[in-house]
Amino acid sequence: MTSTIIDFENVTKEYPDGTVAIEDISFSVEEGTTTVFVGPSGCGKTTTMKLVNRLEELTSGKIYYDGQEIRSLDKIDLRRNIGYVIQEIGLFDHMTVAENVGMVPTLLEWDRARIDDRVDELLDLMDLPAETYRDQHPMELSGGQRQRVGVARALAADPDVMLMDEPFGALDPITREKLQDEFLEIQAQIDKTILFVTHDIDEALKMGDKIAIYRNGQIVQYDTPKEILTNPANDFVREFIGSDRLIKELKFMTAGDVMDETADVTGKTLSELGAAGVEFARNGQGYLTVERSETTHVALMKIYEGHVEGVLVTEGEEVVGTVTEADLKRNLSEGR
Amino acid sequence: MQLSVPYVSFFVERFDEILALTVEHVEIIAVAMGLAIPIGVTVGVLISFNERVASTVIWLTGIMMTIPSIALFGLLIPVLGIGSPPVIFALVMYSQLPIVRNTYTGISQVADAQTEVGEGMGMTRKQRLRYVQLPIALPVIMAGLRNAVIIIVGVAAIGAFIGAGGLGDLIFKGIRLQNMNMIVVTTVVLSLLALTLDYGLGVVEQLLRLHNGEEIERAKLTHAIWSVIA
Amino acid sequence: MSLLVESIQYLFDNFETFLQLLQEHVFLVVVAEVAAVLVALPVGILATRNDAVKRYALRVGNVFHTIPPLAVIALVFPFVGIGMKSGFVALWAYGLLPILINTITGIEEVDESTVEAARGVGMTENQILKSVQLPLAVPVIFAGIRTSTIINVGNGYLAFFIGAGGLGDWVVTGIALFNNPQILAGAIPGALLAIGLDLALGRVENRLRTGDEPGQRSTTAAA
Repeated sequence: MTSTIIDFENVTKEYPDGTVAIEDISFSVEEGTTTVFVGPSGCGKTTTMKLVNRLEELTSGKIYYDGQEIRSLDKIDLRRNIGYVIQEIGLFDHMTVAENVGMVPTLLEWDRARIDDRVDELLDLMDLPAETYRDQHPMELSGGQRQRVGVARALAADPDVMLMDEPFGALDPITREKLQDEFLEIQAQIDKTILFVTHDIDEALKMGDKIAIYRNGQIVQYDTPKEILTNPANDFVREFIGSDRLIKELKFMTAGDVMDETADVTGKTLSELGAAGVEFARNGQGYLTVERSETTHVALMKIYEGHVEGVLVTEGEEVVGTVTEADLKRNLSEGR
Repeated sequence: MQLSVPYVSFFVERFDEILALTVEHVEIIAVAMGLAIPIGVTVGVLISFNERVASTVIWLTGIMMTIPSIALFGLLIPVLGIGSPPVIFALVMYSQLPIVRNTYTGISQVADAQTEVGEGMGMTRKQRLRYVQLPIALPVIMAGLRNAVIIIVGVAAIGAFIGAGGLGDLIFKGIRLQNMNMIVVTTVVLSLLALTLDYGLGVVEQLLRLHNGEEIERAKLTHAIWSVIA
Repeated sequence: MSLLVESIQYLFDNFETFLQLLQEHVFLVVVAEVAAVLVALPVGILATRNDAVKRYALRVGNVFHTIPPLAVIALVFPFVGIGMKSGFVALWAYGLLPILINTITGIEEVDESTVEAARGVGMTENQILKSVQLPLAVPVIFAGIRTSTIINVGNGYLAFFIGAGGLGDWVVTGIALFNNPQILAGAIPGALLAIGLDLALGRVENRLRTGDEPGQRSTTAAA
């Protein structure tokens, strides 16, 4: 069993004016996973995050960081061990990119050379070549680049946990999607525990290993994206996911998840197949195929656009299975 | 041209004296600013922690500034005597409004998100001041210093009347002796001193803004210096 | 404390003279101020109508702003001579700038969409000026008048050096004669006058404008 790194036990946060920001919340975050807090604005998701690095103090309950109650830890040390990314305004505009990224190491009093090396390493990881970007100011960068600097800065002191508060919120949809993809790749390399706040359910489904859906200061469902899509806890969740829930499900599943591997074309390459293959995946132009890692949404689009009943699933040159419209229907939650 | 000849010859004849008085004037300004900056910036930083105290303190510095300088010298002479002590004291008082106010506004204009991010990454209050608030506020503080220096140049000139020295000496002497050349040349030198300091500090302010990555319209000198540094 | 008592004593012993000096001082400031408003306001309005005039006015204004008051007063002397008249000229000249600058910025600061809206309902440029821009600019213009007045209460002291009378008489004579009670009897009323005027005019200004930020008070320069 994987160990948990952050545990909330019956946590409540009430402001002096009597507003209850979050009420009696309990959940655990496993090490190395991404947990997304999602919900309408004012639902308590950002407060939850700020309780972790103690920008807000809880009213009752307990929060554990790596087994220790956070109130027993030094606030400043705790924060330096937790990376923090907020929307793009969070960068220090008066500092260069290198100064921004090197900030936490500077606070930790690393020596100059070590900071410089670390900054270069991170900028390269973020696809921002150090020699070009080190000495630029954030204002000279595009929205996407600024956000990457923000992530690099949070990673600088190699924290175990990263808090990300709507990190991609201020970006245009195309840049956002690109950064999400990049971030997923980076996450696969760095393997951090990430707490991620968003109001966008699509982003939550895409980024999260676990998702906590908030409503009025309470978590209404804490589950894997698949569970949330297929078994919404109540009407609120169902509504929050939206009327295009099936499409989201299609976008969430890959062709590999639903394909039929028993077809007799399996194991052959496309060229071996020649003209004598499965008829239902072929039209005037030839076979229609999807990569194993592509979403079922793409598969369905190809089926409709090509006026065929199904497509071949490939991995490189090799055919690994087939997906038909019937397979898709069977796998969607409504169909079960 | 005809008109200016006697001024020019006066300037040439008395060049050494004018230079010495200018240096003396600058020294008075330097001493006053040397005292006024640490006091004003400290007060400005401290009041940024409490909004109500801030408006009271800024109001008080404003009141101090409305006191006519001759009257203030008059009030100070019984306590501090004549010469530079009362003048320096008065200069420090007069410079507090621009320095305190600009430090305060400079710090308060720093976006909450910026300070919170600093806090979130584990900065102590001191480190937030050092790495976030003060650097961002610096150009605004600089603008306040510039304002203060302009005021101080003028009041220091009046200070010559109670024996603090500087260019004011020659102006008062000129009025007493009804020496027009003396008056005109000295006031022009005094005004040029003020204009030069104003321009120079303006350039420093712009350089600080450029250093902070701001996009601004640059004065020629700023542009020249910046292209050498950057 | 006894010095203060002596000063008050001095003031009452010479009350006639005091009233005379105070009257001179206030008269000097008020007349110079009215004359400054009469010139600066129309020029300021004109400047907002003409970019060249505006640029020129602001550029000259910015240079003038840095010239020390003593320099202005001393410079008036060779050209106008000694006496009350040169005092007026000096204070008038020094009082112009804050009013001019504030008139220009006050009118310019009026929201462009407000002006557009006025244009949209068919107002002429003169009507817009009279019924939209000027009324909205009044608090800012008034702030300029306030600043200029306070500066000139201080400059009134300096004007004594060029023979314009006023409270400077006692302070300057007192300093020359090492007569501390006389110095204070001249200094305290002037300081109180400046502070009192600033507070009173500030109150009027606040009534003219609403919702000002703390610390954004107009700068009144010492002289």
